[in-house]
Amino acid sequence: MVHGEAWTLKEFFVYPNEYIYWSIQIVMYPFMTGLVAGAFVLSSLYHVFGVKQLKDIARFSLVFSLALLPVAMMPLMLHLQQPQRGIYVMMTPHFTSAIAAFGIVFTTYGLLVASEIWFVYRQFIVETVLELRGKQQRSTVESAQLTLYSLLSMGAMDLSPEALHKDERAVGILAGIGIPIACFLHGYAGFIFGSVKANALWMTPLMPVIFICSAIVSGIALCIVTYIVTMEIRKLISKRKKKSTPRLPSTEELKSAEIQVVTITVKYLVMFLVLAITLELLDLIFRTYTAVKSWDILRSVIYERDFFKIFILQYGLGNLVPFIIFLRPGLTIRRALLGTLLVLMGVFMMRWNVVIGGQAFSASFSGFMDYHLPIWPGNVELFKEGLFGALTVITTPFVLFYLITRVLPVFGVKDSH
Amino acid sequence: MMNRREFCKKTMIVAGGLIIPLSALEVFNPKRLHAEKDGEGKVRWVFLVDVHKCVGCGFCVKACKIENDVTWDANVTRTWVERYVVTKDGQTLIDSPKGARDGFVTQKIDQASHGLKEVKPEEIAKGFFVPKLCNHCENPPCVQVCPVGATYQTGDGVVLVDRTWCIGCGYCVMGCPYGVRYFHPELHVAEKCTLCYHRLSQGMLSACVDACPFGARRVGNIRDPEDPVTKIITTEQVNVLKEEFGTKPQVFYLGSSREVK
Repeated sequence: MVHGEAWTLKEFFVYPNEYIYWSIQIVMYPFMTGLVAGAFVLSSLYHVFGVKQLKDIARFSLVFSLALLPVAMMPLMLHLQQPQRGIYVMMTPHFTSAIAAFGIVFTTYGLLVASEIWFVYRQFIVETVLELRGKQQRSTVESAQLTLYSLLSMGAMDLSPEALHKDERAVGILAGIGIPIACFLHGYAGFIFGSVKANALWMTPLMPVIFICSAIVSGIALCIVTYIVTMEIRKLISKRKKKSTPRLPSTEELKSAEIQVVTITVKYLVMFLVLAITLELLDLIFRTYTAVKSWDILRSVIYERDFFKIFILQYGLGNLVPFIIFLRPGLTIRRALLGTLLVLMGVFMMRWNVVIGGQAFSASFSGFMDYHLPIWPGNVELFKEGLFGALTVITTPFVLFYLITRVLPVFGVKDSH
Repeated sequence: MMNRREFCKKTMIVAGGLIIPLSALEVFNPKRLHAEKDGEGKVRWVFLVDVHKCVGCGFCVKACKIENDVTWDANVTRTWVERYVVTKDGQTLIDSPKGARDGFVTQKIDQASHGLKEVKPEEIAKGFFVPKLCNHCENPPCVQVCPVGATYQTGDGVVLVDRTWCIGCGYCVMGCPYGVRYFHPELHVAEKCTLCYHRLSQGMLSACVDACPFGARRVGNIRDPEDPVTKIITTEQVNVLKEEFGTKPQVFYLGSSREVK
């Protein structure tokens, strides 16, 4: 069977070779890179612009963006027909292609996030090493920990106030450089689509900017969701452990800290949400008004065939409803959680409507293609480009986040930042 | 002290070791690559389709599938023929069942999931067949977007795919406005019309050109003023497909109509 035939349903006249070649994994790719970029920008709001209220979530979102980073590449590898040759993009990049720079941008960004995290955690790492070294008797786990943390410290054991101050400055600089790189990483994903002149829906210079704004929205939303969930777990733990260790923060303390952080973060979310919607609507209005050759077919895709996905799921439930939820006074944790989950769904639908919607019509403008997401993974291809492949991509960052936080805890670490 | 035998051995190792990085310099010599791409060659292959002559028999599609080992039953094809039926009330119906591999065996028009549509002969204003293939563009978007350079243009203008280097990202498939590219069902790499480059370079004609009983398909060298194809292209009213994309397609159509997509 031809690649794409399993999930493409053709209507009227479609060129014989046309199928939905870019399916669910290519929806996941901008969604995941968007989350990476958004999480990083959120952490930078504190490190660069000194938004003090975001201190608690800044460290959290920085580590989360590290956990998301490898996952941004996963959908691409799952999508490639020859994944074993994926490395060629780095080895023999063909620079007229928008994809060719991916390896370079991605590696730069990865190194930047890793080094920023190193500076943020250096004090913690060194203190842990000193503490473990001081112990007379070390268990096997502690010995392994000592080796790991000694390696992570890279021999920079200086904890003098000057050295710590230097760390702080390094974090500021890296976070500052990181913002344009994070935006570039994602704007670049938008460029990959926006520059395809053969596709009437994708080709717009606004695409990279739209992608950046919705990326930041989704990144912040995911950080809020994960933050709330983590805090709820911490509350449960603190309730249980309160009797044995009275030193832990009380449930009430955690609750008030949580709502404060969530309220302020939501404000930034709304700001970027407004920007994202404005740009998307501008694009839509412009297309409607100019009504070029492709408009006839685009109109039937946007206003008829994909109406539910675009106007109900994306704009309605994904943008308008959370907007009302966030702007009503007296935000509660439960409402914030509902709102941010809807925002995440909305951004996902936006990616879906761009990637799948862009292939919903034939390049002949005389027919349509309908996408049927493969559910049951009957073979490798149906797994990779189906529901289960997508679920694998979605769950991986949480597993990675859990693993990373075993080494670099995001809560209860005192630092100078 | 080094004796002569050792000296010779070491010299050979050093020389051998140096050849590897130096050969890399040779491979990536940008000047040579540039000369190969833009060199003023004597040949630039172009294609000419005479829409008036095509009857939609599908021999060209058959010949192409056999010649180029395109999986016979797979619903992809390097070249295909489209049937256009324009009704008196201005409706344009198009189809190309199996890329017209078996020709058009019914008067009913294939509307994919909407089944076959019957149009009464008295309702038809005009009808014609349009063969399609890769346009071997002068400014090929597929070559531009390939992230690893697996798709390239030869000095004589033919766009080819290196099957050993294609990573299968599908960007070229997306980048082609003519829908000529697809993934090879067995090799899982990008696949397209090569203009039968293996035949052209041996002095033969493309398989579809050879197979066409009506002379609707012709291949020629635009840099040769004496080539009959060149003469037609330069002196008669020819058209190209989707000029607005700036791809500078090199498949020319005689007698094409505004309905052609």
